Amino acid sequence: MSIDMAQFHQVFFEESFEGLAVMESGLLNLDMGDVDSEEINTIFRAAHSIKGGSGTFGFNAVAEFTHLMETLLDEMRDGRRQVTQTAVDVLLGSVDCLTEMLTAIQAEDEIDEGSVNNHKNALEVELNGGAVEAPVEVTSAASEPASSVITVESGLGWKISFSPHTNLLKTGNDPVRMFRELAELGDLEVFVDMQGVPSLLDLDPEDCHLSWTLLLKGEIERSDIDDIFDWVEDECDLSIQPLTEEVERETINEIEEAATPVETVKPASVEVVKADGNEDKPVAAKAKKPKAAASSSIRVDTSKIDTLINMVGELVITQSMLSLVGEHFSIDKIDQLKTGLIQLERHTRELQESVMNIRMMPISFVFSRFPRLAHDLSSKLNKKIELKLVGEHTEVDKTVVELISDPLVHLVRNSLDHGIEMPADRVAAGKPETGTVTLEAYHRGGNIVIEVKDDGKGLNKESLRNKAIEKGLIDESTILTDKQTYELIFMAGFSTAEQLTDVSGRGVGMDVVRRNIQSLGGTIEIISELGVGSTMAIHLPLTLAILDGQSIAVGDATYIVPLGSIIESVKITNDMVNRVAGKGETFRLRNEYLPIVRLHEIFHVESAKATNLMEGLLVVVEGQGVRCGLFVDDLLGQQQVVIKSLEANYRRVEGVSSATILGDGSVALILDIPGLVRLSNQ
Amino acid sequence: MEQNTSNEEKESKVPENSVQFLSFTLGDEEYGVTILSVQEIRSWEPVSKIPNVPSYEKGVVNLRGAIVPIIDLRERFNLEHSEYTNLTVVVVLQAVCLGRNRTMGVVVDSVSNVMNIQKENIQSAPDFGTKVSTEFINGIASVDNRMVMLLDVEKLLKLDGLEEDEAEDD
Repeated sequence: MSIDMAQFHQVFFEESFEGLAVMESGLLNLDMGDVDSEEINTIFRAAHSIKGGSGTFGFNAVAEFTHLMETLLDEMRDGRRQVTQTAVDVLLGSVDCLTEMLTAIQAEDEIDEGSVNNHKNALEVELNGGAVEAPVEVTSAASEPASSVITVESGLGWKISFSPHTNLLKTGNDPVRMFRELAELGDLEVFVDMQGVPSLLDLDPEDCHLSWTLLLKGEIERSDIDDIFDWVEDECDLSIQPLTEEVERETINEIEEAATPVETVKPASVEVVKADGNEDKPVAAKAKKPKAAASSSIRVDTSKIDTLINMVGELVITQSMLSLVGEHFSIDKIDQLKTGLIQLERHTRELQESVMNIRMMPISFVFSRFPRLAHDLSSKLNKKIELKLVGEHTEVDKTVVELISDPLVHLVRNSLDHGIEMPADRVAAGKPETGTVTLEAYHRGGNIVIEVKDDGKGLNKESLRNKAIEKGLIDESTILTDKQTYELIFMAGFSTAEQLTDVSGRGVGMDVVRRNIQSLGGTIEIISELGVGSTMAIHLPLTLAILDGQSIAVGDATYIVPLGSIIESVKITNDMVNRVAGKGETFRLRNEYLPIVRLHEIFHVESAKATNLMEGLLVVVEGQGVRCGLFVDDLLGQQQVVIKSLEANYRRVEGVSSATILGDGSVALILDIPGLVRLSNQ
Repeated sequence: MEQNTSNEEKESKVPENSVQFLSFTLGDEEYGVTILSVQEIRSWEPVSKIPNVPSYEKGVVNLRGAIVPIIDLRERFNLEHSEYTNLTVVVVLQAVCLGRNRTMGVVVDSVSNVMNIQKENIQSAPDFGTKVSTEFINGIASVDNRMVMLLDVEKLLKLDGLEEDEAEDD
């Protein structure tokens, strides 16, 4: 076969990494005392798929390695081996090793042989140490209880009758490949039965009409054969009998009788089937896959697509209704037109929402890695920690999912390392010995909120302050609010851990965390109480492609201010304005002095109507912790805007984050508040 | 003479030895850009101004959903500014610039025609020293006894400051 296997690699890697994630979470869920056999089955199945896939693609190192894991799991599944913590740890280690191997293969790097061998040895030790019986014998006995009677005969080989259902090829299975695998086990004779093949007129080349009788000779484990047919079990009639000389003779006779007439009658159609059925068609069936798995792919729930199709259907109906109104338009139809337009608006909005929905993924994609992290860290730190995940099904934009995971890992690590106290300290403080870290995601308004909450010792304001003074980050005389004090930990070079551990405490984490979150258009806030615990709340926009904006007018230009950064808009009087050093204008808003940024001045808009502060409006905005009053002519209205990159064809402009297209087709710039503040300070 | 021999060599390698150019005028000067870089020709329409940029960068427009900058070639070449009328033309050019495909509109007085220029008729731009900047001029050709300046689109699209941006992005 001349299929370029490389095109399926991406799919294989994706599926394998998913499989590994399943194995990992399964292993972590295993309760030593009371093992749920279904859980082990799930882990086993995942391992098996990876083994099968890697074998197919020729990643033999992976297949071999997975095979060892599978053997161990198999014994656990059959109850022949106790599930022990050591075994689970070895398996977890192997999952990591496997991840590394696959990543290396994906990146076309060398596999780290040393680490692989270490894990292999660990697995083998576990296998040999724990097994009561020799695994080889057991495997055959376990999978085929009756075979104990005929084990002697099985030395001769097996007779396999394999009649696939017509749709076998469409599911991407290829008998030729299976036969090739069988041939590797022993001496294989293949007899094809072409009686099922219809005449050329009725023939659907994508169907499989052939069935086979296979004689496989040699000392072969029944389970090995089962493995090969594992993928097609539900799509064929399969019988596997131990081979005796008698059976062999009969089979050959039968086959010869049956085969000859067919071949002479319809040689042409047979040719077609052979060629199409076995060679070309699987290509067609599989070729569809890589399209979905281009460099970056996304898995979408079918129901979401269905909703989308529904919407489009309605849109088409509305459109045809409108064009009907337009064709014979008279003024009395104005009501009809209005209803149509309202409908159109609704459909467009719904359509937009459902398209956005397609990019949405449950946050569990991120959360799922944390049980492992907590498991590993708690044993490393000798703490007792329970990790609770709440709201895993909350959906967020794919980009957010991809970018939020690193900052979250940092936060969770910090909570585990700095937040939760040692068990003894906890008991002394009258708290339960086991600390709880809660990861919670929920929607609030147009935002998604992700909280990392712990019931640990909380942040100590005094020591934070002292530390900051010691590091020279703030002045001794600086007066800070609670909020500002907590914000200190986001400053670069700030670390509160008494002692550095390799888990966290180098003080590089938190400022990076905040920067990452801000680059996603989000904010992070800290709520903490000494001795009770602390909560880090991340607020993120639901999607990055659309923004809720407030349009403002300055002269003949329209700008968009992200709604999230607007605190309020005020009309001010002259007595509210003060000057600092004769130049910098500030105004007082509820006991807070805020600088005034005149948009028309820093953007040099000559047509601005309002130059006197009394005439225009001050929009109080906040960005990256900086507040200021943006002086504009007027507020126009709120609207959702689609973010368009300004840099794609042009360049970055200071004070502007991106652009959008307004309803009248003109371009409006979206303001970047922190950038504006920087610009006005120059 | 030397140039002629080298052109003859080229002729033997490239069978089709003429290049198509779109010519346009700025005042009484005639310029040409290679036709392959021209995406479309539009009439002038109001732009959204961009703050704090050189005055020849007029602003951006919405070109079927993409944000495309518009630059005034007269101002770019330090020619005298002329008022925009309904007849003012915007030539939308595209070229691979700093590894990205960029689109940009340039404002010109009028578009003349498409001309075939033999490669051997293209001369390199004369050197005026520092008096006249020939930075964007790829070559000069003579068509019907008129001089046409052939512009380097890639250089034209590379606005000041773009490279710095790129470096920061990396």
